[in-house]
Amino acid sequence: MISYILRRIAYAFPILVGVNIITFILFFVVNTPDDMARMQLGMKRVSETAITKWKEERGYDKPILWNSSSESLEKITDTIFFQNSVKLFVFDFGRSDSGRDIGHDISQRMWPSLAITVPSLLLGLLAYISFGLTLAFFRGSYVDVSGVILCVVMMSISGLFYIIGGQYLIGKFLHLVPISGYDTGFNAIKFTILPILVGLIGGIGASTRWYRTIFLEEMGKDYVRTAKAKGLSEARVLYQHVLMNGLIPILTGVVVVLPSLFMGSLIVESFFAIPGLGSYTIDAISRQDFAIVRSMVFLGSVLYIIGLILTDISYTLVDPRVRLN
Amino acid sequence: MTKHIKIINPHILDYSAISKLFLCLLLLCTGCDNSPWNNPYPNQDSAKNIYYDSFSERPKHLDPVSSYSSNEYVFLGQIYEPPLQYHFLKRPYELIPLTAIELPKPELFDKKGQLLEEDANLGTIDRVKYKISIKPDILYQPHPAFAKNASGKYLYHDLNTQKLSNIHALSDFDTVGTRKLLAKDYVYQIKRMAHPRVHSPISGLMAKYILGLNDFAEELSKIEKDNPGTSFIDLNDYELPGARVIDDTTFEITLSQKYPQFLYWLSMSFFAPMPWEADYFYSQAGMTEKNITLDWYPVGTGPFMLSENNPNLRMVLERNPNFRGEAFPSEGESGDQASGLLDDASKKMPFIDKAIYSLEKESIPAWNKFLQGYYDTSGIVSDSFDQAVQFNLQGNAELTDEMQEKGIRLLTAVTTSTSYMGFNMADEVIGGDSERARLLRRAISITVDYEEYISIFANGRGKPAQGPIPPGIFGNVQGEAGINPYVYQWQGDRPVRHSIEHAKELLAQAGYPEGRDNTNGKQLVLNLDSPAAGPGSKASFDWMRKQFAKLGINLVIRATDYNRFQEKMRKGTAQIFQWGWNADYPDPENFFFLLYGPNAKINHNGENAANYKNAEFDELFNQMKSMSNGPERQAVIDKMVEVVRKDAPWLWGFHPVGFSLHHQWYKNAKPNLMANNTLKYKRIEPRLRTESRSLWNQPIWWPIALLIFLALILLLPAIISYRRKETESIL
Repeated sequence: MISYILRRIAYAFPILVGVNIITFILFFVVNTPDDMARMQLGMKRVSETAITKWKEERGYDKPILWNSSSESLEKITDTIFFQNSVKLFVFDFGRSDSGRDIGHDISQRMWPSLAITVPSLLLGLLAYISFGLTLAFFRGSYVDVSGVILCVVMMSISGLFYIIGGQYLIGKFLHLVPISGYDTGFNAIKFTILPILVGLIGGIGASTRWYRTIFLEEMGKDYVRTAKAKGLSEARVLYQHVLMNGLIPILTGVVVVLPSLFMGSLIVESFFAIPGLGSYTIDAISRQDFAIVRSMVFLGSVLYIIGLILTDISYTLVDPRVRLN
Repeated sequence: MTKHIKIINPHILDYSAISKLFLCLLLLCTGCDNSPWNNPYPNQDSAKNIYYDSFSERPKHLDPVSSYSSNEYVFLGQIYEPPLQYHFLKRPYELIPLTAIELPKPELFDKKGQLLEEDANLGTIDRVKYKISIKPDILYQPHPAFAKNASGKYLYHDLNTQKLSNIHALSDFDTVGTRKLLAKDYVYQIKRMAHPRVHSPISGLMAKYILGLNDFAEELSKIEKDNPGTSFIDLNDYELPGARVIDDTTFEITLSQKYPQFLYWLSMSFFAPMPWEADYFYSQAGMTEKNITLDWYPVGTGPFMLSENNPNLRMVLERNPNFRGEAFPSEGESGDQASGLLDDASKKMPFIDKAIYSLEKESIPAWNKFLQGYYDTSGIVSDSFDQAVQFNLQGNAELTDEMQEKGIRLLTAVTTSTSYMGFNMADEVIGGDSERARLLRRAISITVDYEEYISIFANGRGKPAQGPIPPGIFGNVQGEAGINPYVYQWQGDRPVRHSIEHAKELLAQAGYPEGRDNTNGKQLVLNLDSPAAGPGSKASFDWMRKQFAKLGINLVIRATDYNRFQEKMRKGTAQIFQWGWNADYPDPENFFFLLYGPNAKINHNGENAANYKNAEFDELFNQMKSMSNGPERQAVIDKMVEVVRKDAPWLWGFHPVGFSLHHQWYKNAKPNLMANNTLKYKRIEPRLRTESRSLWNQPIWWPIALLIFLALILLLPAIISYRRKETESIL
């Protein structure tokens, strides 16, 4: 297994280089270094001299990918891409275009993201599995049919509707929790309730249907028929046997998203004014802060690759038939 | 039987447990008292003298010499004190001393150094000097940069990475100190405009006026190049001819030409004092790596200091304990007395202890929190406009019943800004000085109905412009005398747009009868470049197409992102464009310079986006900008307005009207579009706010209970059915 993991890590390098190149190309197609300088220096009365100085200070006066005016290896190394990319591989994110230490900002902003995403994941799992089991338990009945219809309806509704509707209903109309905002320590709890609840409700439709399908598929297998033939009750079959076996695809599906929890949610954080990494990324895109954008894309890619590796490992742990070769 | 209960109960218990957990959490959060549960602030702060507001965009710079954005001035204006300020109540806007003892008067000198009369001929003026004396005994806010030990040595001026190992924020420094404001701090700041690493946006502009600033910038650049790695340049060691210290409380600024608008700049934070100690303190090794910079932690003498800078969450201003105190104005304009704006006359400011600005990126949550009483003031976004404001039969804006019941008040003011549609005068079809192009522009000016535009797209919040100068700025003429005769005629008591037939006549005279070029018979096609590329702009683009279609002109919209739009403007490849300008100061020069030839975008990279060039206008501009306000200046302005109205390089568009709401506990509210330091005038009645919040935010539980009850009722038949199925026998 170790050799497999090492091989996967080695594969990650060309992927990360590729992701970096694509990020660079896409970003600089939309934003030139001059645009970035204007954005940082302000829109009024910016002189060309100030723009030139700003670019020089940050190395944006160099060619993006290929420096034809340099000699030998410097054709590659004396470029914006190389100068900005190499350090990323040792997780040195450097400074943002506005001068802030990106690593420090990430370490500060990942906690609010986690405060939302981790409870959302755990409570979501609990709720979705419960609902999925309930529908499977009452399969074919009006509970199942109406539940599936409700799930389809809920899947069809935009996530933005849940956010605005949740803020309106629970925050504005019922006055139960603050509409938006955040605080540190225990004071953060009251601000996380609504985004977690909204995230949870927004995911009910798709997740419940998926889990219901998993459980129904399990319920059609031979061991279930055997259990029933032995005289076990429907509930015992479902909760003791189907649930345990149905957890295998659920678990592996969850493991893949675990590392991504750090990255937060772009829309939820924006609407609820959560100072997490999701809003950090959105801010950076709108401010054309390339240093942050490339760092966040890189971090996202690394976490995604880690998630995939963990998924592979988790397969071997929950299903002894699977071997990593 | 028992088994069935075991199966069913976990679900029931789940709901119950979740409800209990939810309740416990809420009780924990709200401190088990009668405070509203949705209060986003700590309950113990409810009765405190705190002002609450929101901000939507994080400030980019808090270094006063770099900052040039209104969302940054909200904070900087309260912390830093330039020599002058705007009177809070008087209109038209009037400059008064802030840290200066009196308004400085310009002293004009000729080449021989002889003092000239105030109205001396421009050609004879070689130097203009402003001598500024500041009030004594003004102290800086507490700050570690000033901290000294018993022997008078600075405690934190020999920092290094090792000493900073336990320092992560400015508040981690144990000791703070202060010192008196000195005249040299103002000179230091002026020198910082030329610093190669600071990137002051007005350094280019000021280099035209402040004597020797350009050479000083070159000198500093050379010093930096010769000393690579040097993080601190003590600007006190280098002389700038245009800024000189006379004594501890007096300094002198020398301009190379007459520039009366310079006084307005002296009210902006670019000219706020900067103690060398702070500059040195922040430049030490390891500080930037710790994100401890002057751009993040301001140091000022103002009524407030930034106690928390977390732009991802909130910005907190607290009363500066060293602030000397300042008296609330005892006079204003007529009506201020009656509206209670002079109730606090001569009282010592500031009135509030703390101001908390919370980040609200989206307008809907911010608006709802204002309605709940958690923000003291609010603007009105389009989505909420109908909920807040209605127009009466006379066309005046008034609050809806819902707002009035809450005691909310509305303030409106025509902003000192303009939103216009420009013609690129370098364009072959629409631009240029030919009569054909001029008539075409004037025909379009009549046709695009800005009254309708304001009504549809700005909720009536705008005043159609008659020229470049907004109301409230010297030079703007109201009434019949002030209308643009090329677009409007005076009917009854208001200006009315000329008819479409008149516009069509002009178009025909221009050689485009029915919108077709009489040289080739083809329909005239014009292009509008706009940075508004979102889906929300489609309606306004459709409307604009229809306006041009009235003349038979086919308008092609070229919507793009702001970067590309700016690029087109710089290169002069746009044909017609939409843009705006927000005044830096209340002087017509700040609007006319947008049409001054040498300020053209093409070749000069100036702010004249239309690339308009008219020799007569340029000459009048040079004459007008150095004149004092009065009938003579008004006459010159009238001539300039006439020239540009006739040439029509812009569709003059409209001047937006700002609508703001505030709660009844928020006192001394008066729109001041020029002053940035208005927080010190504000007063809050916390008791009234607490009562209102409590009244408006009582938690409502019954819908939740009803929902749970309904869910149980719906599940019950299924449970019964399941039980029956499980217990029934096959035989």
